[in-house]
Amino acid sequence: MKYKYLKHTADAKFMAFGSDIEEVFANSALAMSNILGETTKVKGVKEHKIKLKARNHERLLFDFLEELVFLLDTENFFLHKVKKIKISKTFVLEAVVVGDNSKNYDLKSDIKAVTYSDMKIEKTKKGYEATVVVDI
Amino acid sequence: MSTKWDNKIKKVAEDVYQLDKEGAMNVPVKIFASEKLLKKIKSDDSIQQGMNMSCMPGIQKQSVMMSDSHQGYGFPVGGVAAFDTEDGCISPGGIGFDINCGVRLLATNLERKDVDKKIKELINALFENVPSGVGSESKLRLSDEDYEEVLNTGLNWCLKNNYATKEDVERCEENGHMRTADASKISPRAKKRGRRQLGTLGAGNHFLEIQYVDKIFDEKVAKIFGLREDQIVLMIHTGSRGLGHQTCGEYLRKIEDEFSDIVDKLPEKDLAYAPTGSKLAKDYLGAMSAAANYAWCNRQLITHFSRNAFKKVFGNDVKLDLVYDVAHNIAKIEEYEIDGKLKKVYVHRKGATRSFGPGHKEIPKVYRKVGQPILIPGSMGTSSWILVGTDKAMNETFSSTPHGAGRLMSRHEANKKFDSEKVIESLKENKVYIKAASKRGITEEAPGAYKDVDEVVEVADRVGIGKKVARSIPMGVVKG
Repeated sequence: MKYKYLKHTADAKFMAFGSDIEEVFANSALAMSNILGETTKVKGVKEHKIKLKARNHERLLFDFLEELVFLLDTENFFLHKVKKIKISKTFVLEAVVVGDNSKNYDLKSDIKAVTYSDMKIEKTKKGYEATVVVDI
Repeated sequence: MSTKWDNKIKKVAEDVYQLDKEGAMNVPVKIFASEKLLKKIKSDDSIQQGMNMSCMPGIQKQSVMMSDSHQGYGFPVGGVAAFDTEDGCISPGGIGFDINCGVRLLATNLERKDVDKKIKELINALFENVPSGVGSESKLRLSDEDYEEVLNTGLNWCLKNNYATKEDVERCEENGHMRTADASKISPRAKKRGRRQLGTLGAGNHFLEIQYVDKIFDEKVAKIFGLREDQIVLMIHTGSRGLGHQTCGEYLRKIEDEFSDIVDKLPEKDLAYAPTGSKLAKDYLGAMSAAANYAWCNRQLITHFSRNAFKKVFGNDVKLDLVYDVAHNIAKIEEYEIDGKLKKVYVHRKGATRSFGPGHKEIPKVYRKVGQPILIPGSMGTSSWILVGTDKAMNETFSSTPHGAGRLMSRHEANKKFDSEKVIESLKENKVYIKAASKRGITEEAPGAYKDVDEVVEVADRVGIGKKVARSIPMGVVKG
């Protein structure tokens, strides 16, 4: 399982999984995007490079997801998938994301913000899991 | 179903419940709800979040939860708290991501019978004229100077550029201009996010609705508000778009960086606050106020486009006069009597509407004798309400009253439970025509996903924190 949605009255909450930290980041991006539309139906015709640095994994995930919200609001970029992603030990993220113009798809909502509440990244026996709440 | 709250919450008056101070709480929590709505409130984490509000520094008297409360992040939605301006705090999460999300109501010179046969045409014209949905783009191309002016002067910019009339500015909370605004405290990134969204409705629970006034409860006040039975009115619900959302998020992170010692001890990171007197508190007040100005301009531009749409359908004689415009996610400096002394406080309203009673100097002159208009939208396809502000609200709730129906179930649950075609069909049966930018979004906003707005309003009226003036019924909806 890449991710699952959890119960939250007003907002959307999800848990994403991965065998390593990169995979949990990529699956978090998919979980968030699939709240709005269906990423599997989106063409991978546009590409964006993302480079970020933060002081820990939680903050880096927050910044990564927020960058996708920013790209949607300013460039109409909607995600198909995370093509490449690398996270260094010093919390530098380098990623290539592919997708398409959001106007070609039926997206049901804006994402107002990625929130901090309940945000967690934990190491498990199988790898990592992240819990995120987004305000929509 | 019994909950862990049953023993702690006691009834102190009809429709008023209290949770006494305990542990780290500085003040008690007061909940204004009927028994039925209280049950719903108890079913998620909102009461715990209410207790968290009570633990904040410099909180005055009591934290307040409205009958439409539900779980938020940090403060519950429907939460009101007032903090000492010298020894308190400002909390972005106590205001919400959608800074100055709010509602305005426009009264027309049309009757229900004038619109009955033209509702589709009118809704389609509104849909054409007002950009809505994800990725909708503004029709305006603003210069940098103009954009700064929008942020710093709010509706004054709209007035100067012929998007607003003098009456529009007079009949808006704060006259559509927070004087504490400082555009330089909004980041370039937040400005970029909001730039092409100015004058757009957005998506989610935001809407434009054509309604008719079906019942008047207070003839005298309704007349002063310019409302009568069978009259057509237009309701607009939206906020500060990506600019406000980005601003709130960025300041939460700034606070976490600068006051990590405070944030580490909080039960939820979204309760992060800047202590009053700190530079960050002043900066956030400037940024939040500028975002509030943006939101007022956003609702005003949508008003301008809507007036054009009405003219297309009904000719140039049609009138849309602003009744009022209220903010329901905001913090303001207001004055209250606390422990026998008049005191300035930062009132945080997160999903709550201001309710100033008769005589308050901040109410437009035309309404001052009776109190301010309060606008409470229903969920999609249900009734909406116009109330009037009271003195009792000043004493009981820091002049606040509910803001809407309040969510009952998560969007995810609503998606599972409802089908968009069926929702459209049942709206049709109730003679409500809907045009939505996204079909997928309709199920999440299905009326069944919300609490009963009528019950929320009845509680406010019975408790006396807002008195019923008129009720309106939707005929057509434009949904983002």
